[in-house]
Amino acid sequence: MVNKKARGFFRGTYLGLMLLFLYAPILILIVFSFNESKTLGNWTGFTFDWYAKLFRSSEIMDALGVTISVALISSVVSTALGTLAAIGLHSMGRRRRAVIENISQLPMVNPDLVTGISLMLLFLFLGLRDGYTRLIIAHITFNLPYVIFSVLPKLRQSSNMLYEAALDLGCTPAMALWKVIIPDILPGIVSGFILAFTLSIDDFVVSFFAGNGVDNLSMYIYASARRGVNPALSTLIFVPVVTLLLIVNIRSIREERRREIQSRKVDMK
Amino acid sequence: MRRSVFSYPYIVWMLLFILSPMILIFYYAFTGEGGFTLQYLVSALDADNLTVLWDSIRLALYTTVICLLLGYPVALMLSRMRKATATLLSVFFIVPMWMNFLLRTYAWKVLLGAYTGILYTEAAVLLGMVYNFLPFMILPVYTILMKLDPSYIEAAGDLGANGVTTFFKVILPLSLPGIISGITMVFIPSTTTFAISQLLGGGMTMLYGDLIYMKFITEQSWSAGSALSIVLLAFVLLSMGVMRHFDKDSSGEKGGVRKW
Repeated sequence: MVNKKARGFFRGTYLGLMLLFLYAPILILIVFSFNESKTLGNWTGFTFDWYAKLFRSSEIMDALGVTISVALISSVVSTALGTLAAIGLHSMGRRRRAVIENISQLPMVNPDLVTGISLMLLFLFLGLRDGYTRLIIAHITFNLPYVIFSVLPKLRQSSNMLYEAALDLGCTPAMALWKVIIPDILPGIVSGFILAFTLSIDDFVVSFFAGNGVDNLSMYIYASARRGVNPALSTLIFVPVVTLLLIVNIRSIREERRREIQSRKVDMK
Repeated sequence: MRRSVFSYPYIVWMLLFILSPMILIFYYAFTGEGGFTLQYLVSALDADNLTVLWDSIRLALYTTVICLLLGYPVALMLSRMRKATATLLSVFFIVPMWMNFLLRTYAWKVLLGAYTGILYTEAAVLLGMVYNFLPFMILPVYTILMKLDPSYIEAAGDLGANGVTTFFKVILPLSLPGIISGITMVFIPSTTTFAISQLLGGGMTMLYGDLIYMKFITEQSWSAGSALSIVLLAFVLLSMGVMRHFDKDSSGEKGGVRKW
């Protein structure tokens, strides 16, 4: 019994230390975002000044806008393009399909650095200057394979017969696609979209090299790291992420708890 | 109309933005003033550059080992907990992966600068890499351990194995596929990291990513930079190949266990 208690204590301490390691830097930044003093580690008094500054800084708000709009546009476009690609690939001959799938894997296999630089070379070669367009193209490009390889397994599970039946019953291929195939593979499309969105919102390296003058949040943080980033920014990012993830997961946690209670009741009988 | 038509818009995109940028890298790497040349590839493989590559690999190896040593116990502990608690806790280990990694790295820069003297040293870069990649080790190992049938562990106990023996003879071998995908997910990105060494190393530690950056941006030598990128890509493909080989071996072993 003592042994079990000691083990539980050890386990709790270890997991606690690991979580502390993962969260301490962010939490300390959040604490000091309420600090009057300009230097970290020196508490002088409580203030909301950093937050006022945060929302007044056009640089930060612009970067935030770029990050969110690029993530939305690139994940919508790459989901549409990638889903259609997966549907086409699925009905292709084996050899042609293998060639295309292998090329498609390049952005996943390539180090981000190489993807970013190769796109930079292409943009310079094409003479494409506009930084925002560059970011959109780059993000669509590295998102695409993740969408395609989320959708393909769902297509393999679904049967071809429904599609054929829809055609026999007078659907055009486009209608059959919309009414039959898309609903069937929707979970794959959704997870591809979520993956694309989160990859885009977090990207630094590809944007840094492929971009040109238009900064997303990561590029802004990198550029202003030496003179210091407003600590309130960490609250702005941390709170929504934690809330969102907890909401998404709380359902499955509740379900598991219910299952555990039920199984315990069965044990008691 | 054949259904493969649906993929044509993507194929155009792929040729334009996936394939042709890579062709450009190869073109620049093998083209000098007088046409085709191996000069850049040869100098990409000279002693100085290989030293930087080795430094990056060494640091990536340290990162991987530390992540495995710190992360494996976390995965094991989570997998032996009540399901509801474990799911909640695992969310907390995933959250950092969803937060802007540059901001998290910046937070360490501020902390290390304010409270310690190790900012802009190799130790700071190592800390930053372990911090960023630890969840990528915990998650795949946890996923595999969760699926592990507890009756194997009970059987080992019934047959007289103590906790340590059970761990090394049963749990560890069965979790090998998770360990291998964890190693892949930590080792490869940490070999090619760029932002972490820039922020926490402050240019004092030269890693391979910094070297490529320097050639392209500072020196504007696209040929030299492209050649270095090709060396890095070759190394990444090689290590992925090695990992896949091990993965096959271990899944073969798992099949062997099932036969009993």
